[in-house]
Amino acid sequence: MSDYISHDHEHDGIDRRGFLQCMAWAGTGLLWTVSGGVLASRTLAQIAKTGDLLPTATDLSFLQISDSHIGFSKEANKDVTETFKIALDRINAMPTPPSFLIHTGDITQLSKPEEFDTFDEVLKSCRTKDVFYVPGEHDVLNDGGKLYRERYLKSVEAKGSGWYSFNKNGVHFIGLVNVLDLQAGGLGQLGDEQLEWLEADVKGLSASTPIVVFAHIPLWAVYPQWGWGTSDSERALGYLKRFGSVTVLNGHIHQVLQKVEGNVTFHTAMSTAFPQPAPGTAASPGPMKVPAEKLRSLLGLTSVQYKQGKTALAVVDSNLS
Amino acid sequence: MTTLTPKNKRAALLCGVAFLNLSVFALAGQMKNVDSTKQNRIEIKDFAFNPKTITVKSGEKITWINRDEEPHTVVSVEKQFKKSSALDTDQEFTITAGAPGTYTYFCSVHPKMTGTIVVEK
Repeated sequence: MSDYISHDHEHDGIDRRGFLQCMAWAGTGLLWTVSGGVLASRTLAQIAKTGDLLPTATDLSFLQISDSHIGFSKEANKDVTETFKIALDRINAMPTPPSFLIHTGDITQLSKPEEFDTFDEVLKSCRTKDVFYVPGEHDVLNDGGKLYRERYLKSVEAKGSGWYSFNKNGVHFIGLVNVLDLQAGGLGQLGDEQLEWLEADVKGLSASTPIVVFAHIPLWAVYPQWGWGTSDSERALGYLKRFGSVTVLNGHIHQVLQKVEGNVTFHTAMSTAFPQPAPGTAASPGPMKVPAEKLRSLLGLTSVQYKQGKTALAVVDSNLS
Repeated sequence: MTTLTPKNKRAALLCGVAFLNLSVFALAGQMKNVDSTKQNRIEIKDFAFNPKTITVKSGEKITWINRDEEPHTVVSVEKQFKKSSALDTDQEFTITAGAPGTYTYFCSVHPKMTGTIVVEK
């Protein structure tokens, strides 16, 4: 395909393809669609080439935010409350507000009551009021998650250490806890009780029900050397194998990574606080300092859209630049 | 016979002081075996305990200090000693080594991080 303008309806020197190519060049988008069980991932540059349409009208759209780490104040980001506010501003500026938010953990840096207080206070500015949570290891540091559970599970019927499921517009959502009772030398862990619950929870569902699973630590082996994985996630995914569309949303690693395995799409979100190094590229994981002008390009949120009857699910990341 | 000139006297005194110092040092060396104030330090850096294995005498203190920007904990695998709370950057945690034996511990936040304490008599 040539780079010449083929359709310049607005006479502004840029056509739709050119605009999308430019957006893609700026690193603003990667689009995931699941259609008829076949998944395709294309950059916006490729979409510009093929002329495929971006998703328009949807029956359900929700947003994933993650790893806000309220209380962190080191070099990697001295004002994580401010960048969290910017993320909320982005949500408030969306032409169609999301139905709800999912927070995939590490609300706070040190599980302190005052950190949870700050998070709750800032969140009040968000137009979207429904938020579903799963805890990160930073939220359960000294009390096994007691304070977290008291605050963030009021609107759901949580079981055990805080796992639950709910239905929205024909999509079945499952929030899992994999940051508690971790074993020496191991990874994230779901545990027998939660896995048994999961098996029973999805048993009665039709295989055509779209499933969205969310948990803090990735449910796939992103980089076990850094603890970026969950030891018993295979068993969980075994219970979901028969479903035609499974989307797994995780946080913890503060960067976007995807993997597709059969009908399962795995996706990790950016943090609103600070980036972490790509797997294996540093001595260890942890907050990564980047030039100040680059920070917001590495922070962001994830938008997920589902259109009923089309079996289509789109996951789109956007940064805070 | 050598007479003690003022200069010689000074040399003799210095010798005596040096001898006394050596004695004190030797005594301190012996005391070290049972010194409960000795600090055995383990640095937590880059998601690892350094040194990973430490050998101490029963009754000595062991102190961990967190040099990461991530919180870490020190938890006995077999619950043989009190666990730390989450240590923020530059925070310390100290225990006193108990009965001789081998103790394994880990960070309950990042369980890949493990370490061993060998306590001798």
